Amino acid sequence: MEKLFVSGDEAVALAVRQAKPHVIAAYPITPQTIVVERLADYVEDGSLNSEYLYVESEHSAMSAVIGSAAMGARSFTATSSQGLLYMVEGLHYASGSRFPIVMMNANRSLAAPWNIYGDQRDSLSQLESGWIQLYVENVQEAFDTTIQAYKIAENADVMLPVMVNLDGFVLTHTYEPLIMTDQETVDKYIPFARYSNAMNLDDPVNTCITAGPTYNTEFRWQQQLATLKAAEVVDSADKEFGELFGRSYGGMVEAYRCDDAEVILVTIGSVTGTARVVCDAYRAAGKKVGLLKLRCARPFPTEKIAAIVKNAKAVGVLERDISFGFEGAVFSDLNSALKQQNVNVPTYNYVGGLGGRSISKENIAEIFDALLSGKAEKPLEFINLRRDINYGA
Amino acid sequence: MIEIRWHGRGGQGAFTAARLLGNAVVFDGKNALAFPSFGPERRGAPVLAFTRIDSEKINDRSDVVECDCAVVLDETLLGAPVKAGLKPGAKVIINTTKSPEAFDFSDCPGCQVITVDATGLALKILGRPITNVPMLGALTAVADVTSLDSIYKAIDSQLAEKIRAKNKALLDETYKTVKEAL
Repeated sequence: MEKLFVSGDEAVALAVRQAKPHVIAAYPITPQTIVVERLADYVEDGSLNSEYLYVESEHSAMSAVIGSAAMGARSFTATSSQGLLYMVEGLHYASGSRFPIVMMNANRSLAAPWNIYGDQRDSLSQLESGWIQLYVENVQEAFDTTIQAYKIAENADVMLPVMVNLDGFVLTHTYEPLIMTDQETVDKYIPFARYSNAMNLDDPVNTCITAGPTYNTEFRWQQQLATLKAAEVVDSADKEFGELFGRSYGGMVEAYRCDDAEVILVTIGSVTGTARVVCDAYRAAGKKVGLLKLRCARPFPTEKIAAIVKNAKAVGVLERDISFGFEGAVFSDLNSALKQQNVNVPTYNYVGGLGGRSISKENIAEIFDALLSGKAEKPLEFINLRRDINYGA
Repeated sequence: MIEIRWHGRGGQGAFTAARLLGNAVVFDGKNALAFPSFGPERRGAPVLAFTRIDSEKINDRSDVVECDCAVVLDETLLGAPVKAGLKPGAKVIINTTKSPEAFDFSDCPGCQVITVDATGLALKILGRPITNVPMLGALTAVADVTSLDSIYKAIDSQLAEKIRAKNKALLDETYKTVKEAL
């Protein structure tokens, strides 16, 4: 199969072209811009037969794909950061209406202070929007996961929108080898079929409806069941992808060298790659460390995580976000999951990589050292915090 | 792991050079990452670009801290950022009309300075002072990173068709000039 050398943004655009959405609506924002530029090129040169809507804002982009998905059209959009926040009203309309929209989000920090660089505060602030959230580690996984996203979203038992998250710049703007999939096999993997809640003159149904106190709870209960069901589908979509294309990623989570690990570090997105390098070096030195890569943040892989970490002596969560006044969002979820599953392992939260700061191998080694020492004390630590600044009193 | 750092100014194509090299080594059957110093793009501002090369899959996504080669597309960028983070024995390749002796890298142990008039060659062949492809030719002449054949293929897949032939000629000319001077 052809091997290209492309950026994460270009890989997403190539994957979307193979998924053949009927409608694309998007507004450009750094570091997502290249995705929508390439898709516009493909529509222009005829290699992608989509209706491309040039909209004036992210709110309109989301509204447009809600409209197209309501008509039963396969739909795609992409955004980042402030753009995602501007879409928030629509995010809930899309998930509550059970429209299988696929969106790429380039993870970028939120203002203020203004910042165009990567962290995950944008998407992690939207865990409650009802979208399935997937996070990828490299360019190949970005490509493969974008195709998998349609398989998950359009599953008849799921019918939910899916957000595919790429770390801004570190993934969106880094060029790497990419093995393409062949179109014929992609067509077989994600054949398009009209879904049951699409508007249809022969069988009219009501979508985006009002539901007062009489039925609202029942809508939400069904939405919860469907989102929980999506966990199985994230796994099976990845497994089937592996059977067809020879690459798979563990579905909801990947446990890397966790079997006999004394300490396990949970990572999300591209930092997993750097952490693998440190993990391998520590293993070579006889230190029992492992990684748990969280690929899906909603639904949350409660049982899987508990099973992987239950024999560890300490678990760290390294994340590029903070819920001010408390802790990282993923850390809260992990603690709740472990409590639910009666797993009692000490857990520690490491917040770093904010606003684009690189997370170095040394930063990760320090976390492993603290966890291995049994002397990690602080429940939450901002890693790599500058000490050369006068913070005042 | 070989790490190359490219120094240029916005608009000079330093990142294109980083990308062409990355793509070339993929044609060699190796792995590569190519990325710019992240952030807003401003014409004329100093920019960095990086190429990581390895026979194995590259997982490390942290910043490049130390490099095996620093390629300087614009002589006016010489200074602390070029001298920072050079591995012992690193090669520094500078686009200049001066000889290597004109540059003092005595504070960088074992490092080797190579010079080439890439601007002159680019003006001769392209008619424009675009120095990314010739500096890639110079790098290939002094460091065992890839072959001219693989760079031709990278040019074919990354550059617009109308500029390919002249850039290949410029690549060859710079490679030859640097090889002869060694």
